[in-house]
Amino acid sequence: MSWPRSAAGRGARPVRAADRLTRLNWVDLVVAAAVLVGLYVVLRVGRGTAVSFTPSRTVTVSTDPANLPYYAARSLLRMFAALAASTVFSLLYAYTAAHSRRLQRILIPALDILQSVPVLGFLTVAVTGFVALFPGSLLGLECAAIFAIFTSQAWNMTFGFYQSLITLPRELDEVSRSLRCTRWMRFWRIELPSGAIGLVWNGMMSFGGGWFFLVASEQISVSHHKYALPGVGSYAGSAIAEGDLGKVGWAVLTMTVMVVAVNFLFWRPLTAWVERFKNEQAEATEVQRSVVLDLLRRSYWPRLLGRVLAPPARALARACRVFGVDDRPLAVRPVRRRAGDLAFGTVATSLVCWGLVDLGRYFRQRTGLGVFGEPLLLGLATLARVLIVLAVATLVWVPIGVRIGFSPRLSRLAQPLVQILASFPANFLFPLATWFFLRTGLSLNIGGILLMALGAQWYILFNTIAGAMAIPTDLREAMDDLGVRGWQRWRRLIIPGIFPAYVTGGITASGGAWNASIVSEVVTFGGTALTATGLGAYIAHATADGDYPHLLAGVAVMSLYVVALNRLLWRRLYRLAETRYSMG
Amino acid sequence: MAAPTTTTAGGEILLSARGVTKSYAGADGELPVLAGIDLDVRDGEVVALLGKSGCGKSTLLRCLAGLIPVSSGTVSYRDKPLTGTNPGTAMVFQTFALLPWLTVRQNVELGLAARGVPPRERAEAALKAIDLIGLDGFESAFPKELSGGMRQRVGFARALVVEPDVLMMDEPFSALDVLTAENLRGELMELWESGQFPTRAIVLVTHNIEEAVLMADRVVVLGTHPGTLRAAFPVPLERPRDRNAAAFQELIDTLYQTMTGRPKDTLRPPGRGPAYPEAGDTRRTIATVPLPRASVDGLSGLAEILVQHDGRSDLADLADDLGLEIDDLLPLVDALEALGMALVEDNDLLLTPRGLGFANADVQQSKKIFAEAAWEVPLVRLIATSLRRSADGVLRDGFFRDLLAHHYTSEQVAQQLETATDWGRYAELYEYDAGPRVFARAGV
Ligand SMILES: Nc1ncnc2c1ncn2[C@@H]1O[C@H](COP(=O)(O)OP(=O)(O)OP(=O)(O)O)[C@@H](O)[C@H]1O
Ligand SMILES: [Mg+2]
Repeated sequence: MSWPRSAAGRGARPVRAADRLTRLNWVDLVVAAAVLVGLYVVLRVGRGTAVSFTPSRTVTVSTDPANLPYYAARSLLRMFAALAASTVFSLLYAYTAAHSRRLQRILIPALDILQSVPVLGFLTVAVTGFVALFPGSLLGLECAAIFAIFTSQAWNMTFGFYQSLITLPRELDEVSRSLRCTRWMRFWRIELPSGAIGLVWNGMMSFGGGWFFLVASEQISVSHHKYALPGVGSYAGSAIAEGDLGKVGWAVLTMTVMVVAVNFLFWRPLTAWVERFKNEQAEATEVQRSVVLDLLRRSYWPRLLGRVLAPPARALARACRVFGVDDRPLAVRPVRRRAGDLAFGTVATSLVCWGLVDLGRYFRQRTGLGVFGEPLLLGLATLARVLIVLAVATLVWVPIGVRIGFSPRLSRLAQPLVQILASFPANFLFPLATWFFLRTGLSLNIGGILLMALGAQWYILFNTIAGAMAIPTDLREAMDDLGVRGWQRWRRLIIPGIFPAYVTGGITASGGAWNASIVSEVVTFGGTALTATGLGAYIAHATADGDYPHLLAGVAVMSLYVVALNRLLWRRLYRLAETRYSMG
Repeated sequence: MAAPTTTTAGGEILLSARGVTKSYAGADGELPVLAGIDLDVRDGEVVALLGKSGCGKSTLLRCLAGLIPVSSGTVSYRDKPLTGTNPGTAMVFQTFALLPWLTVRQNVELGLAARGVPPRERAEAALKAIDLIGLDGFESAFPKELSGGMRQRVGFARALVVEPDVLMMDEPFSALDVLTAENLRGELMELWESGQFPTRAIVLVTHNIEEAVLMADRVVVLGTHPGTLRAAFPVPLERPRDRNAAAFQELIDTLYQTMTGRPKDTLRPPGRGPAYPEAGDTRRTIATVPLPRASVDGLSGLAEILVQHDGRSDLADLADDLGLEIDDLLPLVDALEALGMALVEDNDLLLTPRGLGFANADVQQSKKIFAEAAWEVPLVRLIATSLRRSADGVLRDGFFRDLLAHHYTSEQVAQQLETATDWGRYAELYEYDAGPRVFARAGV
């Protein structure tokens, strides 16, 4: 059964994050500033190039359902390209951070902040930037969409792999060094395999989250230009624009088939295969099973592939000897080390300062620093929505999740369903909801909460089930024996039991809700637009208008809210979960 | 006391440590775990490093292997001071440390691949090593399919295939059951004697005295806190060694005494009530009385067993009877001593009147006796009195961590507090709440 493990895989990162968050030191601040500067640089480049951009071909997305298979393939290609990019990025970034003491001080806090930046806010920047890179072809738009999906996947996977690198069992490190393995062998034979399970599970989770960004990025309007890529998301977009619910239904169906098929044909075999990298000496009792993998294993293909790939692998290993042997000098001269640290610190800090000064000048020229006031205020409205989503999702889904988790039969049934619900891009259903709001006259100020909840709630359900399943049966039986029921049972057994898993789900749900606010606070259906008051709508409007100072301010403020919520709420709950409520 | 560097073999010096000190960070600077170690390992000898748990055996071994830097002093291999991993050593680990995703053969080939040996020669050498160590037939098995003994054979083959000058073993048999360990030990020594062994010397870390005497040409005993070389004993016995030989038993007795023995000045006349001078004595501080890793359950179990032996028993026999190794027993012995409930005298452990009372009392009574005894333990007393003095009867554990950090490394601090928490709770002197990490006066 996959739940407990997937929860653990997800759990690994935030525990670590919470750990790190306990000390807010100057590095965090410098890095936060650096990230802001970096975003600003991207934005300026994008803005400068956007002026000369005129789409050479206008792309029309046909709403003929016969085109759907082709569109689905295009969308899938985008998803897998993003997954490949995220994997490569994760490996490189995490490896660098884990092996360089100096870079680690910057890379890891940077990751933490990047994770809090609402990706959708920067979609428009990515679009203008990439389109300028590949003028006159669709490749730019393609890259922008892939980039958006990438940014939703990469941080999580990177954290996971970094985590496994720095917690490599001490003996394995010593084996590698005492056998004088090359650096490449250490990575390929030891580090990558021991991080493989986490990488795959994180990849699967992130991939599930990526559908949302796929849908959001296939059709986007920047500075009153409408861009579209052939894909399921844009198909749905066109269908919505036509106000044709039947075609929207076709799109929903295609999406469901895609999610299920990718799960069945790709992720399940992969998670079953990756079991071989379990760092466990005993034969596992519960194993991941996959029909597809069993089929593949019985076929000749894996052996053929192995034979074909062996020579290049050997050549690669030989070529990578240039990276040297896995050895650490026993004595480092402190003076040299200090000098190196100093030089590194100076360069990094002055770069950031220079950027900050320039950024300040930019804001002063355009709008003045008062531009931050409005988003700060609007953020409160969105914050309220996020908190309501979390509270309601908790009240509704925790009892249900516990119920499911306690019943082996129910959880077997519910498992694939919830997994699909969690990956299904909620923004796909927005038009239906909008249509409903239009019919009933419900204000988006309230309805937006519903839209945000559509995607975010599943994480809470998912993790609660995992937590409930992890509560040992004998503990439950002991409670039955003692006649502990009702509230007492919740207080003594259930809440402590599910708490760590619940907190993991809560963090993910909270991040998801913030991101969703950008697409939930402004929605359209067949030419009618609804708008709510909030930071998400503010960013969405700034995007549509191509108003970069406001966009930058909005995104920065939203990141600030996310970070603050993490530190003030989730970090504390995590500590509590770790110290008081950890089982075993 | 024999000079630590004496040796039976006159071979060339392969490894040598001179004035090696290893410290870990404490509150005011570095705290030594190893101090002033001088040790030579010569061609043709098997050296056993023997010592109590936590005395720094593994640390010393890793310093010799160049896996961790020394704080001062030098380690050299064939007269060349180490600058990185020792090129002349290979390690065998207590936990085997095999890569579960590689087959037996791939595991064994690892070191050869690292040296860039071409695939064909690599396979040949690996198969030879696998053969030598009795693993043939298992080449394509994965570690998880093997028994513990077979896994450790893979560990040996992996280390031997690179033909290191010195084979380093960190408690290689202690994760195996008794029979498997005995068998593997025997085969290894046979191989060593036969001259087919591809290494020139062996360094063996162990806390099993018998194992040391069975295998080594020289047994080096490490003292605790900080680890120093207490004594070195040559083992001039023919192989294969006869456990029942008088000389064998004699050496074991001597080693027991060396390991359990304390410096003369802390030995007390037997039978005195509280085993230690009245509290307030400057010598009994949190620094001089480290708490052993012993739970109340464990130490009261030992006390009860002693009662069954009429309050006095030979330590080696006791360990034998219980099927324990000395390493499992010593912390409990130390605990009973620190609590004034037992004494060690000529290799015998004997209960004091307090210990007798404790072992014979009912639960409430024994709690009372234990509380009295624990009150004389500096760390427990420190926590209890600090809590009495504090206004609300609550103190964060960080306060005590800081105090302990002046005398112990971070790992040791954690262990000290763990034992103090267990003892204090049982004595009902104070409580500990792991959530906010605070100690609280009993009843607060
Ligand atoms: N990285 C570290 N940081 C702080 N203290 C450490 C560290 N490594 C070891 N120590 C401490 O140094 C002492 C010696 O440790 P070491 O592992 O060498 O002992 P050992 O004799 O091998 O014990 P064992 O029989 O338990 O394996 C212990 O008290 C331990 O707590
Ligand atoms: Mg050890």
